[in-house]
Amino acid sequence: MDPLLQQLYDTPLAAAIRESGTLFPWIESVHVLAIVTVVGTITVWDLRLLGLAWRRRAIGQLRREVVPITWIAFVISAITGLLLFSSNAVKYSHNTFFLAKMALLVLALVNVLIFDVITAKGMARWNDAPRPPAPAALSGAVSLAVWVAVIVCGRWIGFTMSVF
Amino acid sequence: MALSVHAFAEWLAATPFSLLIQNVAWIIPTVQSIHILAITVIVGSAVMTNLKMVGVIGRGQPIATYVGRFLPWVWPTLVVLLVSGTLLIVAEPGRSLENPSFVLKMSLLVLAIAVTAATQIPVGKDAGFWEATGARKLAGQALGVLALCLWTGIVFAGRWIAYTNVAGG
Repeated sequence: MDPLLQQLYDTPLAAAIRESGTLFPWIESVHVLAIVTVVGTITVWDLRLLGLAWRRRAIGQLRREVVPITWIAFVISAITGLLLFSSNAVKYSHNTFFLAKMALLVLALVNVLIFDVITAKGMARWNDAPRPPAPAALSGAVSLAVWVAVIVCGRWIGFTMSVF
Repeated sequence: MALSVHAFAEWLAATPFSLLIQNVAWIIPTVQSIHILAITVIVGSAVMTNLKMVGVIGRGQPIATYVGRFLPWVWPTLVVLLVSGTLLIVAEPGRSLENPSFVLKMSLLVLAIAVTAATQIPVGKDAGFWEATGARKLAGQALGVLALCLWTGIVFAGRWIAYTNVAGG
């Protein structure tokens, strides 16, 4: 893995990000903005699935409204994340909190997949339910827990890579 | 003026409470994590409300529904941010109080709070306020754009605190 990551590290783009005094902070700022948007919007969806907020809002409509915003923000997070990662690829790949964050992201995506492929099939039946059935609520709970952990891990990456 | 801020920051950094936070390694990143999680609530609320104000989402639904659904979350969350933010200032007084990025962040925050209140308060008295006339709709869109820009600026300025050299060292 290290040789591949070293190649990534050696690319001109990664070098530019690393050596510029301002490029990394700007990309990181976009990354943070994108992440807080992902978590802020997915929280709306998760709280609805848990029946904790906006109980009178039809679930299908809320999903259509919120989830595209979350996805756009997620794509921006991923692209900026990759750029940040490339600037110090080998070292990040050995950082425990970075690895934990990546594992949590996989978990988040698996959770979404399970919801889309299995749980959402019956959505028409509980579209207006103030409290959706247990599988949907579980999806919301897992999502919330995972994204809180992603944020915490992300902050700790910074603390364990350097003192920012 | 700068001298007294610096003197205050130095005094604060030497207090037992500040030293405690500085010396227990996990406190600052933990408080920062809470701070960031609170920011997700505010940004989520602001994005949902202001995308509606601008007309990107929620077509067919009244503005009042979105304002009522999301903006009330902002105020208690600001309290969480105030408490966590204060702890972070106490932990590293010079890094914040003497930092131009921090000053910018606070200035933008004051404006963002004003814009949020200006959006929310009229709706409380008149649910259709922002849709009543063409001029009001335009004003609502402008406020929506302004709010999104301000919250973006706040997030950016916040991240830049770590990278900005502090005035007076």
